[in-house]
Amino acid sequence: MAENAVAVKDAMKEPIRASELDPKFKYQLIKLHGSEKLLKCFQCGTCTSDCPVARYSDSYRPRTLIHMARLGLKDRVLKSDTLWLCAACFTCTDRCPQGVEVASVIRVLRNLAAEEGIVPQVFKDQCSSVLQSGYAYKISELRLKKRDTLGLPPLPKGNPESVQKSLKGVSFMKNMENKGENDAKQ
Amino acid sequence: MPNSKYLIFLGCAIPYRVAAYEISARKVLAKLGVELVEMPEFNCCGLPLDPVSHETMLILAARNLALAEQQGLNILTLCPGCAGTLKKVNKILKEDKALREQINGHLKESGLEFKGTITTKHLLQVLKEDVGIDNVKNAVVKPLNMLNVAEHNGCHILRPKAYIGFDDPEDPQTLKALIEATGATCLDYVDETECCGAPSVGVSDKVALQLARDKLNHVKMVNAQALITICPFCHIMYDTNELRIEKMFNEVYGIPVLHYPQLLGLALGMTPEELAFNELRVSTKKLLEQVNEGAKINEQ
Repeated sequence: MAENAVAVKDAMKEPIRASELDPKFKYQLIKLHGSEKLLKCFQCGTCTSDCPVARYSDSYRPRTLIHMARLGLKDRVLKSDTLWLCAACFTCTDRCPQGVEVASVIRVLRNLAAEEGIVPQVFKDQCSSVLQSGYAYKISELRLKKRDTLGLPPLPKGNPESVQKSLKGVSFMKNMENKGENDAKQ
Repeated sequence: MPNSKYLIFLGCAIPYRVAAYEISARKVLAKLGVELVEMPEFNCCGLPLDPVSHETMLILAARNLALAEQQGLNILTLCPGCAGTLKKVNKILKEDKALREQINGHLKESGLEFKGTITTKHLLQVLKEDVGIDNVKNAVVKPLNMLNVAEHNGCHILRPKAYIGFDDPEDPQTLKALIEATGATCLDYVDETECCGAPSVGVSDKVALQLARDKLNHVKMVNAQALITICPFCHIMYDTNELRIEKMFNEVYGIPVLHYPQLLGLALGMTPEELAFNELRVSTKKLLEQVNEGAKINEQ
């Protein structure tokens, strides 16, 4: 999806209108686990300069995303493809002189985007696999049988019912489950 | 030799497609006196779903921790992503009572409870802290002094430092010391601690493969005979994808990528067959010839 992701870059070229700013967005963010220290960012740019993804992406800039979030450009941030490019290497988090946990702020923004239904396919597949088998990938019968010939003990049997029960109160997973069923019907 | 006992948490990527890592790790750990117990009913550590739902990640990780607590055993993982996640969630839930109660509310639905009574260690940490680097060295019967290799720690074994608390994320030493314990020389190179790119696969393969290409270039620059990894995802990026990177950028690397326990296993006297070298994508033929030639010289 983000192969030619330029949404942030282009979005930044657009003039910012005061009417599109959500002044309370940053206060919503600092109450969420992982982005508590967002307001400590002083835009030094350490995150972007040390980011390995920023080196190869035309548009992914963690500093820009943090700045947009603080300005209250909620829609632009949550709808931007580049949000999903972070590799979660945590270099920015470890080197931020202000202790902002930049990668966790990005994760919070992704979670909010996901709540609004923006979920890249790779994550949809993993959600459905976790609900079905407990594992993030569909491990084939062939693989499971091959373990024996490789001299490995059988893979412990998962308990998807128990996993589903633990996750049943999570609204995001419920949405994924319903979505999966609807997709299957179509 | 110490006698330690762990629940082995395999995670998803290893049983899905990285058998050589599991095969070699089990053999090496058995030889060094670490006993492994299979972990019943475990599920995904939670990390892959953190980007879309932090709450789901916390519940999945806590469910694993609660299962291990029932067994009364600490967890050993081969995947740094799993180790990092289980460590991080263990710490968060131990410190944040309100969050723990919330997560336990979910686990209650399946009759489980997180109490915070166990710990998680990655293979590397067990080798360093339980077995001891000196004991690893003493167990070597076939020193690999003919090899110059490079290491790749990957991210989640080291970062974020505040939650992981293992080694120095800027200049890590454990894997280097464990490689040198086999008799091999571990070479320094540019940007050793950089990400392999794996988490960006599926979102932008191009960015991900460019990161992996950088690493292969830097490793080639110092003439490393092999790259040594300790993570299933990093291994997929460098071994499984090496040919793809060569084609994409019209370059030739031919750098074999070994799981650390495969390297250690050779030094402990195991054969390449026992250590599942045939499961590797990049040819190790030349490397193994160099090992055999060096071993003959050592015997003289």
